[in-house]
Amino acid sequence: MQSHDTTDAARVIGEILGLHAQHGVLGQDALLPVLHAIQDRLGFIPPDAVEGLAQAFNLSRAEVHGVITFYHFFKTTPPARCTVQVCRAEACQSMGGDALLSHARQALGCELHGHSADGGFALEPVYCLGQCATAPAIMINDAVHARVTPARFDTLLAKVATTKEAA
Amino acid sequence: MSVRIYVPADSAALALGADDVAGAIAREAARRGVAIELVRNGTRGLLYLEPLVEVDTPDGRIGFGNVDEGDVAALFNAGFHQGASTHRLALGLVERIPYLARQTRLTFARCGITDPLSLDDYVAHGGYRGLHQAVAMTGADIVAAVTASGLRGRGGAAFPTGIKWNTVLRAPGHQKYIVCNADEGDSGTFADRIVMESDPFVLIEGMTIAGLAVGATRGFIYVRSEYPHAIAALNHAIQAATRAGLLGPNVAGSGRAFELEVRKGAGAYICGEETALLESIEGKRGVVRAKPPLPALAGLFGQPTVINNVLSLASVPIILDQGAQYYQDFGMGRSRGTLPVQLAGNIKHGGLIELAFGATLREILYDYGGGSASGRPIKAVQVGGPLGAYLPESQWDTPLDYEAFASLWAVLGHGGIVVHDDSADMAHLARYAMEFCAVESCGKCTPCRIGSTRGVEVIDKIRAGDERPKQVILLRSLCDTMLNGSLCAMGGMTPYPVLSALNHFPQDFGQVAGDELAA
Repeated sequence: MQSHDTTDAARVIGEILGLHAQHGVLGQDALLPVLHAIQDRLGFIPPDAVEGLAQAFNLSRAEVHGVITFYHFFKTTPPARCTVQVCRAEACQSMGGDALLSHARQALGCELHGHSADGGFALEPVYCLGQCATAPAIMINDAVHARVTPARFDTLLAKVATTKEAA
Repeated sequence: MSVRIYVPADSAALALGADDVAGAIAREAARRGVAIELVRNGTRGLLYLEPLVEVDTPDGRIGFGNVDEGDVAALFNAGFHQGASTHRLALGLVERIPYLARQTRLTFARCGITDPLSLDDYVAHGGYRGLHQAVAMTGADIVAAVTASGLRGRGGAAFPTGIKWNTVLRAPGHQKYIVCNADEGDSGTFADRIVMESDPFVLIEGMTIAGLAVGATRGFIYVRSEYPHAIAALNHAIQAATRAGLLGPNVAGSGRAFELEVRKGAGAYICGEETALLESIEGKRGVVRAKPPLPALAGLFGQPTVINNVLSLASVPIILDQGAQYYQDFGMGRSRGTLPVQLAGNIKHGGLIELAFGATLREILYDYGGGSASGRPIKAVQVGGPLGAYLPESQWDTPLDYEAFASLWAVLGHGGIVVHDDSADMAHLARYAMEFCAVESCGKCTPCRIGSTRGVEVIDKIRAGDERPKQVILLRSLCDTMLNGSLCAMGGMTPYPVLSALNHFPQDFGQVAGDELAA
């Protein structure tokens, strides 16, 4: 699914740029859609892609780098097999979000923004998943889960681990 | 004859296992040879009951709350598909559940009732009547109707929508834009998400009417990346509306064009600020612009732009359909129409409560919310998102009205309410407000960029009892600078949660009575 091979990445990025150009021209407003498309395909935005993007958009490398690094969503390193995002916002805090985060840190053996020892899991904060009436919420890869107790956290994680192994 | 069974596909229901429930119902029905039609509706907004499964009966739709896939076989055994309301999860007729029956659903009239992705269903439930009215009107008449309705920006700032539209209508420009701010990043808010997932056509219709009103032919909906289901629903609905000629070069046969596109955010809270959002659509860092110029005169790509919140735009179709007076008849004072209250956090019955302005916080917390989820006393409620003030019990009789909240040095904002029980440490929450500002500041102005970091440090010292009285003076001075010196609401309103926590709950900051005056 995800390829980290440099030449392959360059080919994918070339394809994406072609799709987003209108009459052969890439307006700057296509930059975020292009970055999303790259991350969707490769799982992250390779730093060595910045120069090619800058050329394609007629921007400086600093401008492209500036955009990529401004937005929390864009990653510049390959993602872990599984990313667990724990909501840190007020509504989740009011329903034991802090305790849930402590449990997640213990279960995965890493801090926020860190990876589990085997590199399989990444633990990230997120600020609101829109599940404030059924807090606390987490997101495991693309799936949101609400009313997450530490016990439910363990069940969800075990489920992901088995499906990943099967795949 | 097959039985129609509804299982919501709103992300609140999905996050509680609705897909598993739907799968189990389909399997169990097949196993038993029961003919069913499974509809994936939106949410009713009774989020505390999700997944809320409904069964169509001759008397109306009966509900079953908090259904788990493990309950499905027992539900069939109890004859739920034959309209029996005997299972322990049975709620009776959904429309009669007091939480819902006591609401005034205008903007959210269809939510949970229809299949959100079906244009036919939308039209069958009164959809696109507003647009058809608008097509026969001049732009100025549409703007006049929206102005007369008294609708004010539902994103938080409460600026009169009609006045904003009028500025854009009169502004010279070769290409005007309608931009929808769907970057709903505030904790305690989910009404925008519910509109987009559960009734996306109402937003599309509202934006189309806005386009006709001001002469804009292009629109963008900027949705946060944390809302993939909303993005998918909108894209699906835009395609359907385009196929039906309700978007495109000739909107509903009017001879006028309106095209719509979804743009996905990338996890930057500040992009909910309107000028940062415009920068982001333009492909730049989401850095706040200085105003003036107003976006209405020089907005997206420097052109006249209407930028409104999801709920403001989604309230427009009913105003055009039923008339300005109908909408204006709801509410109190200068707050007209309905406010979709979003009740969240430590509350037993969290969900969406659309009401005419004027109900009190206490009614919301106890009559609707049923008190805290933990069963402990409620200590503080934060209204209006992370940049809103914390209100102590002495202020809960305040009516939900923009001006009433402003007079308390609080904000009603978008009507998001986050409840905290008595285990909450208000100094910790004040520190969090500063920390959040530090993480999410765009960095353009100093009070916000540096002030938030200094704020975290000062609150840490207060909590540690390190020269507390001096640090409290410093914190107040810092908040004063942020309030008055920041470029936008991010830095300018972070002092609301911080100072309200300090003023109403000084004991949590280690202050004893009397200290406050000294500070």
